This record gives sequence, C-alpha cells and structure tokens, in this order.
Amino acid sequence: MANQDYPLIFEYSKQGRTGFSLPELDIPELDLTEEFDETYIRQDAPELPEVSELEIIRHYTGLSRRNYGVDSGFYPLGSCTMKYNPKINEDVARLDGFSSIHPYQDPTTVQGALEVMYDLQSALAEITGMDQVSLQPAAGAQGEWAGLSMIRAFHEANGDHQRTKVIVPDSAHGTNPASATSAGFEAVTVKSNENGLVDLEDLKKVVGNDTAALMLTNPNTLGLFEKEIEEMAEIVHGAGGRLYYDGANLNAIMGYARPGDMGFDVVHLNLHKTFTGPHGGGGPGSGPVGVSAELAKFLPKPVLVKQGETYQFDDDRPDSIGRVKPYYGNFGINLRAYTYIRTMGAEGLKKVSEYAVLNANYMMRSLQEEYELPYTQHCKHEFVLSGKKQKKLGVRTLDIAKRLLDFGYHPPTIYFPLNVSEAMMVEPTETESKETLDGFIEKMNQIAKETEDDPEVVQEAPHTTVVSRMDETRAARKPILRHQKQ
Amino acid sequence: MEFRYLPMTKEDKQEMLDKIGVDHTDDLFSDIPDSIRLKRELDLKIPKSEPLLMNELTKLANKNYNLKTHASFLGAGVYDHYIPSIVDHVISRSEFYTAYTPYQPEISQGELQAIFEFQTMICELTNMDVANSSMYDGATALAEATTLSAAQTKRSKILVSKTVHPESRAVINTYANAHKLEVIEIDEVNGVTDMEALRNKLDEDTASVVIQYPNFFGQIEPLQQVQQMLEDQKKTMMIVSSNPLALGYLTPPGSFGADIVVGDTQVFGIPAQYGGPHCGYFATTKKLMRKVPGRLVGQTVDEEGTRGFVLTLQAREQHIRRDKATSNICSNQALNALASSVAMSAIGKQGIKQMAWSNIQKAYYMKQQLQQQGIPVVYQGALFNELVIDVKKSVSEVNAVLLEKGIIGGFDLEQIEANRKGQMLIAITELRTKEEIDIFVKEVGEIHG
Repeated sequence: MANQDYPLIFEYSKQGRTGFSLPELDIPELDLTEEFDETYIRQDAPELPEVSELEIIRHYTGLSRRNYGVDSGFYPLGSCTMKYNPKINEDVARLDGFSSIHPYQDPTTVQGALEVMYDLQSALAEITGMDQVSLQPAAGAQGEWAGLSMIRAFHEANGDHQRTKVIVPDSAHGTNPASATSAGFEAVTVKSNENGLVDLEDLKKVVGNDTAALMLTNPNTLGLFEKEIEEMAEIVHGAGGRLYYDGANLNAIMGYARPGDMGFDVVHLNLHKTFTGPHGGGGPGSGPVGVSAELAKFLPKPVLVKQGETYQFDDDRPDSIGRVKPYYGNFGINLRAYTYIRTMGAEGLKKVSEYAVLNANYMMRSLQEEYELPYTQHCKHEFVLSGKKQKKLGVRTLDIAKRLLDFGYHPPTIYFPLNVSEAMMVEPTETESKETLDGFIEKMNQIAKETEDDPEVVQEAPHTTVVSRMDETRAARKPILRHQKQ
Repeated sequence: MEFRYLPMTKEDKQEMLDKIGVDHTDDLFSDIPDSIRLKRELDLKIPKSEPLLMNELTKLANKNYNLKTHASFLGAGVYDHYIPSIVDHVISRSEFYTAYTPYQPEISQGELQAIFEFQTMICELTNMDVANSSMYDGATALAEATTLSAAQTKRSKILVSKTVHPESRAVINTYANAHKLEVIEIDEVNGVTDMEALRNKLDEDTASVVIQYPNFFGQIEPLQQVQQMLEDQKKTMMIVSSNPLALGYLTPPGSFGADIVVGDTQVFGIPAQYGGPHCGYFATTKKLMRKVPGRLVGQTVDEEGTRGFVLTLQAREQHIRRDKATSNICSNQALNALASSVAMSAIGKQGIKQMAWSNIQKAYYMKQQLQQQGIPVVYQGALFNELVIDVKKSVSEVNAVLLEKGIIGGFDLEQIEANRKGQMLIAITELRTKEEIDIFVKEVGEIHG
C-alpha cells in the first residue's frame, strides 16, 4: 500500500480506549444466568473500534474534508437538483418536539407534528394539481412503486387483469423500469423522436388494452417539455391506461403548470430534490405520492385526516394497497420540505422555476459553441450536451468530468440519458449566481481548448484530488466489501 | 418580495436573457401549451421571514409531548437510546449532508469510506459476510429480503412468524402482493414462534422463513431450532430481523446459519423523529453478494496504488440493469448510516456489550418490580429490553393516567389483535432510571388495583 492511505476507524482502535459515556447501572445487578440459555449468549465480541471521542471527531472531520457537497461548491448534476439546502430546515428538524417524538404516541399528543404533515400534504396537492397526497413513501423509487401499485389495484378493481404493461420512454431514469418490474408489471419502451420528445406514432403502436400506465417525467430527462402531453394523455386514457408523473423534474414548472392539469393520474415527488431535503450522500429522501380522485381509495394506509380541529389517522381503508413503509414516512425530511415551502410561498416557488430555467438556458447557450448540443430548442431546468466532438480527439466525456474535479466543480451527470452518446447532463438550479455559472462555463470552454491543444492533461485528470482514478474493475472482480481485522 | 436563496439580480437576468436571445423569461416557457398553463397563483400560505417562521414552527413543535420532557416506555421498533453528542456534530458537517450519492469517487472518498466502515460494523454485529450501504428502514429491508429469497430459490411461499413486527408483516404483504408471493403467518405460542406450526408449514415450495430476534414481544427466538429444522429444507432461506443493539449480548444470527439478516440501526444514534428517517441494514452471505439490493461500497486502489473506495457490483442496480435490476431502490439512508457509524464507533467493542447488558438488566428489574406489585408479565421466556404486561384495563386509559404523571406509557397490543385487550408492550432502555421504572410500576399498580 502507498503511504497516503487514509486510515480506517478500525486502524485507530486500541484495546481499552472508549468513546462512550453510558449511565451507571442504578439498580442492583441481577444474576440472570438462569434466564439465558448459553447458546444465545454471544461468545466473540463484535470488532467495533475502541477509540476516544477526539479520535472519532478527527477521523470523521478528515473524512468530511475528503468529500464534496453543495456547500463545498457548484454541483450541476443533471436530474438531481442539487440546490442549496437551507439551514433553517436543519434547525427545525432538530427541535425536540419534532425530533424526539415516537410514532406510537397517542395522536392527541403530537398534534403539532400532524398539523405540519397535513399542511404539507395539502401544499403538495396544490402544487401538483392532485386530489390527495400520501407522505408515506421513503424516497422517489418507493413513491414510483406505490403509485404503480395503486394503478394495478385500480385496474384489478375494474376487472382489467390483462393490463400488465407499463410504458416508459427510452430516456427514462432507471428506477422507472425497475419500479415497473418490482410492482409486477412488464416495462416496455416508447421511442423518442428527433426532437427528443416521445414519438407519438410509436406511442400509438405500443399502447393497447394491455397498457396499465405510461410513466413520464415532464420536462423529460433531456430537460425538454413534452408539449404534446395532452395528446399523449388522450392516447393512453383512450386505451384505458393511466398516466404516471415522475416528479424528478418538477423544479422546472412550479407555478407554471401542474401535472394534474396535464392529465396525470398519479404523481410522485422527490422532496430531497425540488423541496431542498439534503441528499445526505445518497439519502434519506422522501417520495410522497399524489393521486386523482378516482385513485384516492387505493392510497397507502393509514391516511392522515382532519376532523374538526383534530388530526388523526384513518386506517379503515379496505381498498388501500396497504403499507409501503412502517410509521408515517420520512417525517424529518418532510419537515424540511415544509419549512422550505413556507419560506418561499407561491411567489417564491414560481421564481424558483423561472430562475432554474433561465440559468439552464443561459448555460446551454454559453456552451453550445464548444460542445455539441443535440437538441437545440429552449430547455427547461436542465440540458444535455454531447461530448462527441471531443471524443473524436480522443477525450471521452468521462475525462471531461474528471478534469472538472481539478477546477473544484462536481461534474454534470454523464452517460445519461442513454439516448445521447457521450452525454453530459447539466442542471445548474436556481440557487447559483451568474458569477458561479460564468466560472463553470469558462472552465468548460478551457477544457474544450485543452482537448485540442493538450489532450493528455484532460485524459489523465484529475490531478489535484486526494486520490486519482480508481481501479473499478479490480473492485468488482475481487470484491472487498468490509475490513478484516489483521 | 426578496428571497434569500435566489441570487438573481435584475442586471443578471437581463444579461442572461440577452445571451439567450429572448426578451422575457416567459419566452422560455412557450413550449407549455396554453391549455395546461396555470392561470392563477398557487394557493399556498404566504411566505414568512426566517424569525417568524422559526417562531411558528417552534410553537408547533412545543405542542408535541416529547421524549426529552417525558419518560417513555414506548418501543415496538423505535427506541429511546443514548445518542452521543458527537453524532450530530459529525452529520452536521455539510460536506456529508449536502453531498449526492458518491458517483465521483475522487471527491467522495469521505462518504465512501464511512459507508465501507458501516458495512464492516454491520457484518461484525450480525456475523455475516456482506452488508450493503443501507436500506430505507428495517421493514422494507425485510420485505426486500423475502423477494430476494423468492427470486433466488424460484419458490413463492414465505413463512412469516406472527412474532415479527406487525408493520413489517404489513410491508411484507404489500411487497408480496406485487411479486405474487404467498405469505403464510405462523402462530405464536408463549410469546415465541410455534415451532411445530412452522415445521408443519415448511415444504419444498418454501422460499424463506422469517423470524425476528429478539421478537416483537421482546422474547429471544430459538434460532438454533429454526436452523436445525431447515437442515431438511436446505434451499429454504433463513431470514432474521434483528435489533442490532441486542447483538451486543446475543449470539448473532449469522452464527445460526442465517442467509439474510436485516434490521434497523435507529438504535445507534438516530432520533425517533416520529418514525423516520431511520436506517435499514441488509446483511447476507458471500453467495448472495451479487443479489443484494441497493448500493455496495468496495475497496480498491487508485492509479498510484493508494487505497480507496468505490461503489461496486453496480450491475445489480436500477441505473444499469433497469427492468432487470434486483430492486428499484436508488436513494437510501446514507446520512443515517453515517450517524449510526459514528454512534457505533463511540460505543465501541466494550460499550456495545455494556449497553446491551444495561437494557437487559433494566428490563429484568422492571419485570421483577411488576411481579412484586402483582402485575402479570405475560411471557416468561428470555427477553432483551421489552416485555408484555397485562394491565387488565384499557391500555389507552392507563396511558392517559400515566401521561398526567409525565410518563409516556407502552404500546397497546389490542391495536394489532383484538384478543390482546389490556396487554401493553413496554420497552426499558438504558436511559430509563430506577426512579422512572419505580414510578411506572407504582402508577400502573395503583390503576391495576
């Protein structure tokens, strides 16, 4: 091993050191040898580290410095909406009255929490134009799964057992087909046309009496608004299917248009994207699901209701798809989203979408000279470039992404969507200033120039990070998924 | 109105519109057909300034009775444990909490290494080969374990003990419904799984047997008997849901041949926060390594040979395999896994045993005191930190009286089964003092009469 290896917490461990402070046993210690069968008493202690409190803090502070978040710098990661995570949200989520309440407390003792949840449900229903919202799903993918399960329950209630197919565009996020399969459907693909939008002729071909639903993000993953959405809704509804809205890209249209008004029957949202729940290095998220009136009876149970001035849970929902998650969803993340919505209001949320779209278009027009732009119409909150031109010079999109690390940026999403070769998907978000965008544009253009003049500097990037490119093949071929004590 | 998260100035806006070549931002929305445009403002509460909003939300928070102001005996899957102060300090480092999934390893070594350490700690606690980077929670981890067992064995019957958490069983049923699996619940006898009933239902169509250890009623399930029973059905998987804190004292499920061990690490450094976000864990054998749902972090080296970490074996996952993925999970609970790692590091090898032992001691002290007061304890088997008592009255009425004394009482088991009227499930963690336990016993004793 090279000598810059950053130690694992286990490698600081020294027998006899402690980092905890447990209350002394304030009862007479009982002799329990008669109570426990020896078979069930652990013989070998688990090898957790033995470290002092300062060692732990130094270790994790060091690790944090080897990590990059939105607070570190610009994070134009397409389809992820890496906007600023407001600090008041964190403070609210840490109030004892919210963080230290138990899900099985009597509802009369947690009315403040239920009021927040109820208000949030109502706000999300208004923003999306849906009839009812459940906050239960843990994240976007689980929201998709819950939504599709409701669509299945709806068709089955109608005796439509032959509706086994869910249509997804070729540009869709991977969770869409994965959720379709795990909700018991077969995923079928509809093609995009030369403008990057769903090909209506192809949609007509794949739609039939076996169609359960069409899943769509709008704007789509190319950042383009599916302007023929009403025709698509007519085609799918005409065949008896339902329309599913993946809310990953809602940041583009708040206050301008609502999925419910476009003809969508089910919507899920990613509160950790549009509504500033921090991504946390991969989670936790929150994926509320909203439905039109005809699907409301299938919502996951229990459903939070308001009776008079009291909030309570209704568990008597015979048509419900059941529980998708224990308790009431990721309350801590929902609180953050609620705080954000109350900070912005209707005017603020519309400005969010206005500036998200303005920022994206400004960047797109500033980069289209050096990088190929496969779809040239105005974009919404994100856009996709192709690194084809650079690839011809021997520099791949991956190299460009790695070179951006040298300049202190998180790269865009790369090689997605799948229908653009050497794709770079850029989503600046509305919380970034023009100066930040200009700085990034300048470096992107510099990389384009380096690609022509000095391609090696790009191909061998990054040069400034704590580690260089990782041997991913080795990681997969001989997996080491845990530390073993020497 | 001005918004502090939006840096756009009038001049910025004009310069950007000029670059784009349009007059107004509305032009950028011209692709949204007029017929579906929202022609009014959204009907939302008016926005509030930072101090006024904080006032309002603090008032709402103060409406809730909470575990800091009340001594709580509620458990049933969510527990009030010691959270070392350092946990919140570490997860408040914004390089962690404002980061995305670590898809760019060169600038994500911190997160990747922290998760690698988490995986290691879970393997150590459960005595399993492999653990993933986290799941939403213990219940969905358990449901994913059952669907994995069905896919792997190509069998469709799941045997679930009725001593498994009722909400976990509910989630299993929801998932099973989508995967067209048959779930058969196995009765309980004396607070543990009825082994005879389990033996009778076990056959060559059984994909897996699901046991919770310690179980929903706090009792220690006889995993060794399950292991022996499965020797006749080698293909059937043994799935165990375990409170990982209990494994500081109990023999881990991996030592009884479990194929998959899941649970929730809420007990390590994660506040109750009304049931979420918590953090599921998922541990299994080397054999099933390539079938695991969700993200895995692996160790490797960079070009100079320096040790580093990456997301690996991604061919299982939705962003690569799409409709053929082993699960649709994408976002997980990374930040909470980090919180649990910090807590587990602090508690450490010695502390885990002490903490588990303290829970057992307090629970047995409670049991002893209750029995001395003549309050029946329903099950007599070995237990961890929960037990069922019979208060002979409506549990909600008893809890109402306790609340007046500053105590949050236990879980009303009548909510899950009508014939459990008067049964209360109580949890006694290391944080409950002798004084609190004594008051609880006294008050319940008085109501009990």
